[in-house]
Amino acid sequence: MKDNNLTDAANHVRSMEELKDVTILFAGDSGDGIQLTGSQFSNTSALFGNDISTFPNYPAEIRAPQGTIAGVSGFQLHFGSVEIYTPGDQCDVLVVMNSAALKANLDKLKIGGTLIANTDGFDIKNLKLAGYIDGVSPLEDNSLGKYRLIEIDVTKLTREALKTSTLGTKEKDRSKNMFVLGFLYWMYNRKMATTEAFIREKFIKSPELIDSNLAVLKAGFNFGDTSETFTTRFEVKPAPLPKGKYRNIMGNQALALGLIAASRKSGLPIFYGSYPITPASDILHELARHKNFDVRTFQAEDEIAAITAAIGASFGGNIGVTASSGPGIALKGEALGLACMLEIPLVVINVQRGGPSTGLPTKTEQADLLQAVYGRNGEAPIPVIASSSPRDCFQVAFEAVRIAVEHMTPVFILSDGYIANGAEPWRYPSSDDLSSIHPPLLDKADGDTFLPYKRDEKGVRPWVVPGIAGLEHRIGGLEKQDETGNISYDPENHQTMVKLRADKINRIADFIPLQTVDQGEMHSKLLLLSWGSTYGAIKSACKELIFEGYSVSHIHLRHIHPFPKNLGDLLKGFGHVIVPELNSGQLVKMVRSEFLVNAQPVSKVKGLPFSSAEIKAEVIKYFQL
Amino acid sequence: MSNTAALALTSKDFTSNQEVRWCPGCGDYSILKQVQTILPEIGLRREEIVFISGIGCSSRFPYYLNTYGMHSIHGRAPAIASGLKIANPALSIWVITGDGDALSIGGNHLIHLLRRNFDMNVLLFNNEIYGLTKGQYSPTSPEGKVTKSTPMGSIDHPFNPLALAAGANGTFIARTMDRDPKHLRDVLKEANDHKGTSLVEIYQNCNIFNDGAFEVFTDKSSKPNTAVFVEHGKPIIFGENNSKGLRLDGALPVITDLASGSFGPDDLWIHDKHDRFKANLLMRCFDTPKPDGSSLPRPFGVFYKESKSLYEQSLHEQIADSIKRKGAGDLDALLKGKNTWEIL
Repeated sequence: MKDNNLTDAANHVRSMEELKDVTILFAGDSGDGIQLTGSQFSNTSALFGNDISTFPNYPAEIRAPQGTIAGVSGFQLHFGSVEIYTPGDQCDVLVVMNSAALKANLDKLKIGGTLIANTDGFDIKNLKLAGYIDGVSPLEDNSLGKYRLIEIDVTKLTREALKTSTLGTKEKDRSKNMFVLGFLYWMYNRKMATTEAFIREKFIKSPELIDSNLAVLKAGFNFGDTSETFTTRFEVKPAPLPKGKYRNIMGNQALALGLIAASRKSGLPIFYGSYPITPASDILHELARHKNFDVRTFQAEDEIAAITAAIGASFGGNIGVTASSGPGIALKGEALGLACMLEIPLVVINVQRGGPSTGLPTKTEQADLLQAVYGRNGEAPIPVIASSSPRDCFQVAFEAVRIAVEHMTPVFILSDGYIANGAEPWRYPSSDDLSSIHPPLLDKADGDTFLPYKRDEKGVRPWVVPGIAGLEHRIGGLEKQDETGNISYDPENHQTMVKLRADKINRIADFIPLQTVDQGEMHSKLLLLSWGSTYGAIKSACKELIFEGYSVSHIHLRHIHPFPKNLGDLLKGFGHVIVPELNSGQLVKMVRSEFLVNAQPVSKVKGLPFSSAEIKAEVIKYFQL
Repeated sequence: MSNTAALALTSKDFTSNQEVRWCPGCGDYSILKQVQTILPEIGLRREEIVFISGIGCSSRFPYYLNTYGMHSIHGRAPAIASGLKIANPALSIWVITGDGDALSIGGNHLIHLLRRNFDMNVLLFNNEIYGLTKGQYSPTSPEGKVTKSTPMGSIDHPFNPLALAAGANGTFIARTMDRDPKHLRDVLKEANDHKGTSLVEIYQNCNIFNDGAFEVFTDKSSKPNTAVFVEHGKPIIFGENNSKGLRLDGALPVITDLASGSFGPDDLWIHDKHDRFKANLLMRCFDTPKPDGSSLPRPFGVFYKESKSLYEQSLHEQIADSIKRKGAGDLDALLKGKNTWEIL
């Protein structure tokens, strides 16, 4: 039936315009189902073969006052027949479900872009709530002349589509997001099968909701098809991504899968201790679903219990993992020092958000780098690695477990709100593609006196789990005597131990890949040096700059502590080094002090990611000097 | 887990080669000795036992036992022990903590450990003072206590640790003292036998910063009137020549003179450790002791014991159930997910 509809629709096409890439921003009240609409369009586009990148942007309040700007939820999707690195700077299409959504987002719409407005959200009440004080609708005062305005009374059409339904009006109205989705599917010539299957599964317990959502989805599609107003449809062909099998993945989900994969490849169960916090909680939700992988999830009473329980589990031979965001990471500081002192595997994930203090819980920032590298009492070095995109989270989680286990150390993963909830296609590996992880477990006494802090050639002590006869020993947070691990207050010994612990971490540089140049030449006039979630925006900017003839290169770091061994030499190949970061200049401080290079910061601290246009503008300034 | 080899162990086998560094005369010595005495009797091998402590004088404990151990950070031993128990439920875990460690900086972890009911033992050394930091008042110090940090006397109302444990739905709650080795050993053994989190408060004398804090309960002259040792199924009797008892007048404990002839042992409160309500009354007997016998005596013994599901067991049952329903995790299927496409 639906296929017939689609064929009919195709027959009615008046014109079809091909586009390379499109950015759509869905915006509405936080109860309007915006995130769901956006993620459905994303999944459908990804399955169709487009490259995609998404950016959900929602308020901290679960139900902020309806109709107000504070309550606006947004979901930005960039999809294309070319490679896509960011969710897009400016959008081609802005969908607004009410006046507040328009007011909050109009500046993100390109001049000449398409504005789809739900007229029902522009009544006097909504206009006033959104701050259009005089009650004059922007849809009617000719202020939107720079855009292609499509007005649809979504609420009315949704109710009409459900005329025969026995649902109440309130319940009917809840499916109006499906009308918009159906209309956009028509506009971009998309099949609806993925969303139809999703609806059937989501509402499996209430058949009347399956019927109503499917009916409204179809009504939206047919509205585009039958209404005379819309003369053009668009086509965005599949992207030439590398050959392979793909799926869609979000950052937090990829972290969870990376941990489970590392668990399999090391033969050790994951223990995940965590206290709910935005934007890290989804890792807990994802892991809790996979108990059949022997994943042990523990929702602790607080952040400190979350990390210390993970330390206890590591002592017991599990891979202890904990995750949080800035405020929670601050609480974990003392326990991080303990893990350092014990020399025990531990993975700590910081899904960064705007700070300081409670800061901007749902907004992104990279301001916890120095906290991760230096933020402990005493000299307590911890390896720090950062993920650059949602799919990269998988590799980073796997790598973090490898380092933690094989080098007997806590390891920091830095992600952020932008990556955590963003999605992109992922050429997923098979389990055979993943290397094995080798824990330095000692499983029996060898007859000699057991020395729990005797090191191997990497500077790593053995991992001895309680339960093994003859290897009974005590560990703790007090300074310990070299090799024996007994308490020692000897001054010479303390200096030795501080150095041994630092050397162990520095030597990890021998076991990580050399740094490569992501874009551009090994020698050029200007280097963009970056880490974390800014990768996509900087890569796009750099590609365009190189295309435009600028002598620019891009190096993106995964390993921040220790740095890759060749980084210092690489940096010498460039006239200028600029370091764009979503903070006031943190990596730049580290690079300047480590390599004596005149690196300069490019800072943005607005709770929002860089646009590639912003990066380009900064670079071009250097060429105008 | 017990076997003949384990039964052949002696207290010496549980003594580590580390020099014990508590102040001479500290109550901790007695507790260490009683623990080393009962360990060979409970039938576990050394490698099956883990002592986890926080920070404070008592928290040096693990170093002195030749078992596995961790001397961790202030207040966090219950959380570390929880993670360890999940990692390996077969281990016998003993949390060693003090009044500051367990009730002040680590209060949150203690109450959550108790409500979750992991199978482990918590020995709370209560000396009503901060010893390691040289003598500040603790959350169990009595009101008016003059210390370095309270030169005009403490204005804090102290915790009643056992009432707190009961409020957190602890499943085994007991009190004993360093000066009564036999009682201490008996309580420790019963705590170890309990399947669930066993909280044992041990009155422990700090002879340097709070000497004699519990003397009124241990000194021969005052002890009969101030301390009562309760036993399951027996009437609650105390006083010189067992001349007094506790009787329940409604829900009110009343000191009853058995010598007068008006009341006999049959009229007394029979201790039932399985009775949540009566156990709560017993734990609430927390009067400031008066040697003349006009205050309610401080009870010692096992007040409450309840059988309840164990956290670690339930967690592993869910894992087993998930494997039964979904099959052991297939990594390739997980990586693939539900919706995939191929680019050729």
